[in-house]
Amino acid sequence: MPITASPCPSGTRVAGFGHYQPSTVVTNADLVAQGVDTNDEWIQSRVGIAERRFATDETLLDMAEAAASKALANAGIAAGEIDLVILATCTNEQQVPGGSASLASRLGIKSPGAYDLNAACAGFVYGLASASNAVLAGQARNVLVVGAEKLSDYTDIFDRGTGIIFADGAGAAVVTASDTPGIGPVVWGSDGENAAAIITEPESRTLRQEGQTVYRWATGTMGGVALKACEQAGVKPSELGAFVPHQANLRIIELIAKKLGAENAVIARDIVTSGNTSSASIPLAMSKMLERGEIASGAPVLLVGFGAGLTYAGQVILAP
Amino acid sequence: MATTEEILAGLAEILNEVADVAPDDVSVEKSFTDDLDVDSLSMVEVAMAAEEKFGVKIPDEELPNLKTVGDAVSYIEKNPS
Repeated sequence: MPITASPCPSGTRVAGFGHYQPSTVVTNADLVAQGVDTNDEWIQSRVGIAERRFATDETLLDMAEAAASKALANAGIAAGEIDLVILATCTNEQQVPGGSASLASRLGIKSPGAYDLNAACAGFVYGLASASNAVLAGQARNVLVVGAEKLSDYTDIFDRGTGIIFADGAGAAVVTASDTPGIGPVVWGSDGENAAAIITEPESRTLRQEGQTVYRWATGTMGGVALKACEQAGVKPSELGAFVPHQANLRIIELIAKKLGAENAVIARDIVTSGNTSSASIPLAMSKMLERGEIASGAPVLLVGFGAGLTYAGQVILAP
Repeated sequence: MATTEEILAGLAEILNEVADVAPDDVSVEKSFTDDLDVDSLSMVEVAMAAEEKFGVKIPDEELPNLKTVGDAVSYIEKNPS
């Protein structure tokens, strides 16, 4: 006999974004002073980072909570109305428990569905897509999605492939139902053959990556993903108000943007002052761009996350 | 099958596009890293562009062996698709 289906809304939208950056600024000069064999000019021209933030006083959940609170406020949705919490992270201190239920508790959200999601640097977009899907299927009404990372705990600043790149931060968004679609279809995929390209070491969990493999994959594949996500959403690249790719490396961002050809879009370059914050990078960049008034409300924005797994997800959303 | 001169000219075009190298600076004895300031990530871009232009496969494992422009020309000549 058939099971009763849930009534479903016609669409979903992102109601608001929020972010939190830890207060400790680490400039390129600071890294040099600690003995890292590099210089400011090299880092800025080869990677695009001028400074980044390390969470010296804050835990992962502190950052997640702060970003989430702002997102709830910006969305105009009270904690009591959230019925699902998704925490995208790959730097939780312990494997068990995940952080999502604790985060919900800290925010005063009463007994929502809660799970952690590890898709590394693509985590936020996977989280956003999953949140949208839950609402579209009538399984949730208001979903909190958080991308939070404390990568500095697992970064060896003297490591050539990663030391100057990774940083800490959190970004969040609230997804809710909408009369018309405000979140487009997700284009997601992976390359498990190159899983070893970005890893954490077994005991120390220190991050390592094969820069050339990742660069080739990201620059070779993500342009196509970006175009496909636009096509599936029925939005031309020229109609995009903003393009917010994962802030991996400024050169990767520029190359993907070139393939996308979104001539009217503001391109997120938050890596310059934030470094690479994995799953936090997209919501962090987006939240800051909205705060600075760089994106008009209702403008189509393309998000493309990609990273360890290797895995990726791209999706067009309408700016809140 | 491209001639040596055509390959060299093609690489000069790619190096100019990828790493702002002046075409006059490109000759077979020049080292990518030491003479032309092409770093490891730019080498990936050069390889990808060369793959497309010359129809060859240049995997990342091969890149450390391509120290000079001449090494790259020889590789492309010896590995047609």
